[in-house]
Amino acid sequence: MGGDTGSAGVVRTRQVTVAEPPRRLRLECGDELGPITLAYETYGTLSEQRDNAILVCHALSGDAHVAGFHRKTDKRAGWWDMLIGPGKALDTDKYFVIGTNVLGGCNGSTGPASVDPATGRPHGTTLPMITIADMVNAQALLLDHLGIAKLLCVIGGSMGGMQVLQWTVSHPERVHLAVPLACAARQPTQAIAFNEVGRQAIMADPHWRGGDYYGRKRPTKGLAVARMVGHITYLSDEAMQEKFGRRLRDIHEYSFSFSADFEVESYLRHQGLSFTDRFDANSYLYITRAIDYFDIAKGGRSLADALRDVQARFLVMGFSSDWLHPPYQLKEIASALRATHKHVSYYEVDSHYGHDAFLLEREKMEGVIAAFLASGARTFTFSGGEG
Amino acid sequence: MRRLDYELIERLVPDGASVLDLGCGDGELLAELIREKHVRGSGVEISQAAVEACVAKGLSVFHGDLDEGLADHADGSFDIVILSFSLQQLRRPRLVVREMARVGRLAIVSFPNFAQYAIRWEMLTRGRMPVSKELPYQWYDTPNIHLCTVHDFRDLCREEGLRIERELYLRSFDRPAPGLRRPNLTARIAIFVVTRPA
Repeated sequence: MGGDTGSAGVVRTRQVTVAEPPRRLRLECGDELGPITLAYETYGTLSEQRDNAILVCHALSGDAHVAGFHRKTDKRAGWWDMLIGPGKALDTDKYFVIGTNVLGGCNGSTGPASVDPATGRPHGTTLPMITIADMVNAQALLLDHLGIAKLLCVIGGSMGGMQVLQWTVSHPERVHLAVPLACAARQPTQAIAFNEVGRQAIMADPHWRGGDYYGRKRPTKGLAVARMVGHITYLSDEAMQEKFGRRLRDIHEYSFSFSADFEVESYLRHQGLSFTDRFDANSYLYITRAIDYFDIAKGGRSLADALRDVQARFLVMGFSSDWLHPPYQLKEIASALRATHKHVSYYEVDSHYGHDAFLLEREKMEGVIAAFLASGARTFTFSGGEG
Repeated sequence: MRRLDYELIERLVPDGASVLDLGCGDGELLAELIREKHVRGSGVEISQAAVEACVAKGLSVFHGDLDEGLADHADGSFDIVILSFSLQQLRRPRLVVREMARVGRLAIVSFPNFAQYAIRWEMLTRGRMPVSKELPYQWYDTPNIHLCTVHDFRDLCREEGLRIERELYLRSFDRPAPGLRRPNLTARIAIFVVTRPA
């Protein structure tokens, strides 16, 4: 990428209500949900042909604020600002980029913290269980609202990558290009195990009260511990060594106490605590559960069989030091697609940042993503009838 | 430069075939096969920059190491598997050739013939590692770690129980060699078509 890349500028989060009764959304668990509020942001301009839309799917703790700033004075940009803006990989001079908070989330979309219109009180754990497929189906309603019949591309990392896969299976005719990063076709055992530790930490917090804590003291201790555990899985041995080593925090000798002597302890405590300011504990439970339930080849099918009907062209990306979703899990997806002669490329980014690499390695990602979008855009067609 | 070796390989590929190109580089051959022969093509390439170039061409390519083998691929899952001028760069060339014949119904292998007389002559008279258009590297920075000759490759095929369907030769990348005699002495470039007998 050249030097003249810019910011998506000042943006604002909007909200739309979909699935209004009686047309409620049928969830995978069998329940129905509606009305549903979805928070979203857009960057760039939708073309007259409506053929340049890119949906960005976020990971566990993400939100609709993908790029740009909410206020001119904001210090921090959206969570994937490094890739989205004028002249960047997802070039907002060419593409219409959409970010949206998932169903079950806590940043503007319907989730456990939002008010149940039937009772006038927050859903809490009475909200039906949400799955990745439900999140994707809700996003499809958002696209309907925006008048987008078919996406040029759907892209995302981690849980966002799972949504990408689900999109190509649930709505094959609505996706031209798919870029799943740092994810798996089915949530692996070790990752379920870490999520379970996080959930147990939340549910063991006395303030959790079975999920009924709104308007009271929140289970911040439990949520902070959950985030600390999660955060470790996003880093790598090497990255932690390099960033913290065994350095002590503001002291020259051990304090011979249980306070945060080590830099890494202090960092994790800070990460945990600051997370509780912006995230709802019940959303953490719901979303991690959705991730754990994710298996694109449910029912013992082969992966190649599960992906048989996808129409999208794929760019699958793995990251060398990611031990939450190691490269072999991405290769497995790519190989399954190749087994049925789908159009698929696999690209591995050499990085020591661990799972978080997909949020950090701008220079190593932008070239191949931009190339994939540009070459893919040339082959875009609306399949029969629509648009 | 027009690559005659690519042209010869292209002629060996039937229209509409499924093709796996191992060590596909920036995808030049693969793109040509798609354009001219309408193949369903896929490549494997280890260099990050080359993979990106393939993606820019709209090709389907895997970023990976051929020496890890082709275990992900089912037997006979491609009509044709190509290894163009990469054999000599592999750590495990024998494994890769064996795998090619398993995964492809037809395997095409091209390589620089290290027994060509100019190379022999250079060794004999200069006493130094030969450097040529086909082998453009100094000994200390060459990626070519497993150079072989026409005779060597025939031996390998025999030991692996592979059938040699055709042998094609070039004097160099841009010079054909019709009716070339004693190719192990005269050809700089060899192209073998091999199959695994059922």
